[in-house]
Amino acid sequence: MIHRNSLTQLAAGLRAKKFSSVELVRAYLERIEASQPKLNAFISVTAERALEAAAAADRHLAAGGGGALAGVPIAHKDLFCTAGVRTTCGSRMLENFVSPYDATVVAKLKAAGAVVLGKLNMDEFAMGSSNETSYYGPVRNPWNTDFVPGGSSGGSAAAVAARLVPGATATDTGGSIRQPAALCGITGIKPTYGRVSRFGLIAFASSLDQGGVLTTSAQDAALMLREIAGFDPNDSTSVHAPVPDYVAELDAPLAGLKVGLIKEFFDAGLDRENERRIREALAVLEKSGAILREVSLPNLPRSVPVYYVVAPAECSSNLARYDGVRFGHRCKDPRDLQDLYRRSRGEGFGAEVKRRIMTGTYVLSAGYYDAYYLKAQRVRQLIAADFKRAFTEVDVLAGPTTPTAAFRIGAKTADPVTMYLNDIYTIGANLAGLPAISVPCGFVEGLPVGLQIVGPHFSEARILNVAHGYQLATDWHRRSPEGFA
Amino acid sequence: MTEPRPGWETVIGLEIHAQLATRSKIFSGASTAYGAPPNAQASLIDLGFPGVLPVLNGEAVRMAVRFGLAIGARVARHSVFARKNYFYPDLPKGYQISQYELPIVAQGALDIVLDDGSTKRIGITRAHLEEDAGKSLHEGLGGLTGVDLNRAGTPLLEIVSEPDLRSAKEAVAYMKKVHTLVRYLEICDGNMQEGSFRCDANVSVRRKSEGLGTRAEIKNINSFRFVEKAIQYEVARQIDLIESGGKVVQETRLYDPDKGETRSMRTKEEANDYRYFPDPDLLPLALDEAFIEEVRKALPELPDEKAARFSSQYGLSAYDAGVLTASRELADYYEEVARAVPQEPKLAANWVMGELAAALNKESLEVGSGRMPAQRLAGLLARIADQTISGKIAKEVFESMWAGGGSADAIIASKGLKQITDTGAIERAIEEVMAKNPGQLAEYRAGKDKLFGFFVGQVMKATQGKANPAQLNELLKRKLPG
Repeated sequence: MIHRNSLTQLAAGLRAKKFSSVELVRAYLERIEASQPKLNAFISVTAERALEAAAAADRHLAAGGGGALAGVPIAHKDLFCTAGVRTTCGSRMLENFVSPYDATVVAKLKAAGAVVLGKLNMDEFAMGSSNETSYYGPVRNPWNTDFVPGGSSGGSAAAVAARLVPGATATDTGGSIRQPAALCGITGIKPTYGRVSRFGLIAFASSLDQGGVLTTSAQDAALMLREIAGFDPNDSTSVHAPVPDYVAELDAPLAGLKVGLIKEFFDAGLDRENERRIREALAVLEKSGAILREVSLPNLPRSVPVYYVVAPAECSSNLARYDGVRFGHRCKDPRDLQDLYRRSRGEGFGAEVKRRIMTGTYVLSAGYYDAYYLKAQRVRQLIAADFKRAFTEVDVLAGPTTPTAAFRIGAKTADPVTMYLNDIYTIGANLAGLPAISVPCGFVEGLPVGLQIVGPHFSEARILNVAHGYQLATDWHRRSPEGFA
Repeated sequence: MTEPRPGWETVIGLEIHAQLATRSKIFSGASTAYGAPPNAQASLIDLGFPGVLPVLNGEAVRMAVRFGLAIGARVARHSVFARKNYFYPDLPKGYQISQYELPIVAQGALDIVLDDGSTKRIGITRAHLEEDAGKSLHEGLGGLTGVDLNRAGTPLLEIVSEPDLRSAKEAVAYMKKVHTLVRYLEICDGNMQEGSFRCDANVSVRRKSEGLGTRAEIKNINSFRFVEKAIQYEVARQIDLIESGGKVVQETRLYDPDKGETRSMRTKEEANDYRYFPDPDLLPLALDEAFIEEVRKALPELPDEKAARFSSQYGLSAYDAGVLTASRELADYYEEVARAVPQEPKLAANWVMGELAAALNKESLEVGSGRMPAQRLAGLLARIADQTISGKIAKEVFESMWAGGGSADAIIASKGLKQITDTGAIERAIEEVMAKNPGQLAEYRAGKDKLFGFFVGQVMKATQGKANPAQLNELLKRKLPG
C-alpha cells in the first residue's frame, strides 16, 4: 500500500529506488479516479502530463539527480496558475481559462521535481468555508461524505486526507488552509505573509492571501514549505529573508517552550467536546516539557467583522478584471459595453462572490470608507498589536482551529454569517500576517478536530517544530478515513 | 474673443500629465516605445492577467524625485500607491494604480514671466506617479471597438497646480515652463503629438471680489494653442452663461479643436466614485535621505538658473536669456557658439535667435538637427568679429552655408567676399563714385544731407558690398564736403 507512505518517505523511497515515480503516479491516479465520484476533490486531472513528468523524474533519479521532491506526486489548488493547464479558481468565470505562465509556487515545485497530478477543487475564488461555493460542485469530507471538508482549500484537504496525493498546495486568506486541515484531520501550514510568493496565485484579498501546504504531517509540511518559501522579485510583498531548513529544525526539544493559550478562543462558541480534544492536546505538549499559560488578546474577537470589511474591499477591486474583455467568461451577443459587463459578470460569478463584491464596493464607497474600511484597518492594527504583546510573554500561541468539527453539507449555506463564524479562530493570524499551523488532535463523533499553533512573524521553523513534537507523541496524523484506507 | 472681461476674474488650475521617459513601464518590464502594432507591447501584467502582480520601476521614482527637487517641493519619504477603481475596456485591471492621499511630491512652485516682464509664482500642489491606461480604437474595425494596451502601464507624473493662474495666457506660460523643465530634467520627451505631455484644465470665473465660482474641467488638451483656445472659449462660455442668468455646473468637458469649443462629457452626478484605497500589492514607497541627496547631486542646471547665468555671464537681457534657455538644446547650442566667439556673446545671441531661428523655423527643424552645427555658425561670427566681413555680407554667407554647407571661410574665399578694409582702396572707390555723380555731389554740397546714404549705397555697389561700413562712413564724411 504505497499511499500509506508519508511524502517524506515517498521522496526517500524514490531516491532509494524502492519504486519509480511512474509506479507511484499510476497508483495515485487510480485512487483519484476511484475517489472522484465520492469526493469530487479534483477539478482537473492531468494524467498524461503527470506520467510524462514522472518518467522524466525517474530519469533524473536514475542519473543521481533531481530535486528534493523528485518524482513525488502532488496537486495544486486550482488558483495557482499552471501554464498550459486550465486554472478555474472554482468559478464559471474561468471555466476555460488556460494560464500562459506558471505561478512562482508552481515553478518552484516543478524545479524541485514534484509531479503534478491535477488541479484541486475549491470554493469559488477562495470565498467560502465549506467548499460549497465551487462552480464544480461541493467537495465531500472523506471521514463522512455527508459532511463538508471545510474551505476554501476543501479539495486540497480532502485529497490529502483520502491519500489521493501525499501533499497539496493551498492558500489561506482567513483560514482556508487551517480550517479544512482541521476538518479533514490533516496538517496545514499558513506561512507568514510575504514568506511565499503570491505571483501567479489568483488574488482574493491581496493583503491577506498566503500560499502554503497541506500534508499529513508537520515533517512533510516542512519539506514542501522549504521548496516554495522565499523572496520573489515578481511579488513586491514577498520578503527578502533567508529560508531556514525547516526539516533540519523539526527535532528541537520542546522543554521550556512557553505556550500561550488564547483566552478568547475558549469561549462560549467553542464546542465542549472540541474543547476537550484541545485541552488533551495541550496536556501532551505540557508533558513534552512545554509551559502553558493563559494569555488574553482582547481585540481578537473583532477579527470576523474586520475581516469581512477588508477582504471584500480588496476582492471587489481584485475581481474587477473579470469583465469579459480579455479572458474568462463572456456573455453571448452583448448589446453594448454595459450589457457585456453586466451579463459576463452576472453569469460568471456565483452568489457568494457577488455578495462579497457588493459588500466590498459598499465599504469603499464615498461616505462609507471612513466608517468601514478605515476603521477596520485601525482595528486590524490593534489585533496585530495584541499578538505582538502576547509574543513578548510566550513563544507560541495555541488554541482550537475551529469552533466545531465538520458540519453537514447544506447545513450553513442559508446563513452566510453562521458560515463566516467558522473562521473565528483562524482570521486573526491573517490580519496580523502571522504563521499558523493546524494539526489533527483527535475526533468528535468520528470527525477530526484540529489544534492550532500560531507563532511570531517568520517563526515557521518553530511552529513546525512544535507540531512535529506533538506528532512524535501522538498518532492522530497517521489515521486515515476508513473508506479510503 | 478677449479676456478677461471687465469686472470678471478667471481662476485656472492645470493638471499636467507628463509621460516619464523610462524604457520600461511603471509596473512591468514591457517597452514604452511609441508606435508599435496594437498590443505588441502589453505584457501579462499590463493585460491584468489573473495572478500577476505589479513591481515598481525604480527609474520612474528617480524621475519623479528629480522633478520634485527641481520645483523646490517636499519629496515624501513615505508615499503610497492607491487603486482608483472604475470599469473601462482600456483599463485592464478595472483599476488604475495611482497615488492619492500620500503623493511622492508635494508643495512646490514655478515662476512664470508675465507680459509686463514681471514674474509670478505658481504653486504646485502635488505631483504623483501613476500608470496610464490603454487606448480604445474605433477606426477601421467595422463598427467594433478595439483595445490597444501598448500604452497601459506607461509611467505618468501628474503635476497638479494651485488655482493660481488668472488667464489663458498665464496657463500657457505655466504649461510651457513645466514643459521646458521636464525636458531639461530629461524625464519626459515632451512630445505633445504622441500624447507624452498633455493637460486637464480646471476653469472657473467669478465677479471680482466674489468667492470662487463653480469649475468645469476640460480634459486631455494636447497643445499649447489648444490650451489657450479652450480656456478662452470656456471663460467666455461661463461668463455668458452667468450674465444671462444661468449657472455653471460642475462637470467634465472636452475641447473640440475642429469646432474650437468645449462640450459637456459628464456632470458631477454622473461622475464615478473611484473608491480609492491603498494598493495591497505594493508596499508603501520609502525613500531615504541618501537616495534623495544622490538625485539632488545629479540635477542639471535648471532653466531659471541658466537664464540668470546667461544674463550675468554673457550680458544678455532677461528676455534674450529667457528665449535662449527655453530648451536645453538651444541653450547648449548658444553656449557653444558664445564660447567659440568669446568677444561677441551678444552677437551670438542675435544670430541664434535671429537668422538661425528663422531658418530652422522655415524648415520646421530643431536646433539639434545638425543642419548648422554650433561650431560652423561660430566660424561665421568670428569673421564678423574680426571684420573680415560685414554683418550684411554675413547674412549672404549664412544663406550659402545653410543651402549647401561648407564653412564660412571657404564661402568667403570662393565668393571673394572678404571685406575691404584697405583705406586706399575704399578711397579710390569713393573718388570714382564722386566722379560719376557730379550732380548729386553738387546737391549734397549745397546742403542736401540725405544724399549721404546715396553715396554709401553707390560705393557698396561698386565694391559688391565688401567695403567696411564703418571705414566707408568715416572716409565719405571726410571726402564728400570737398
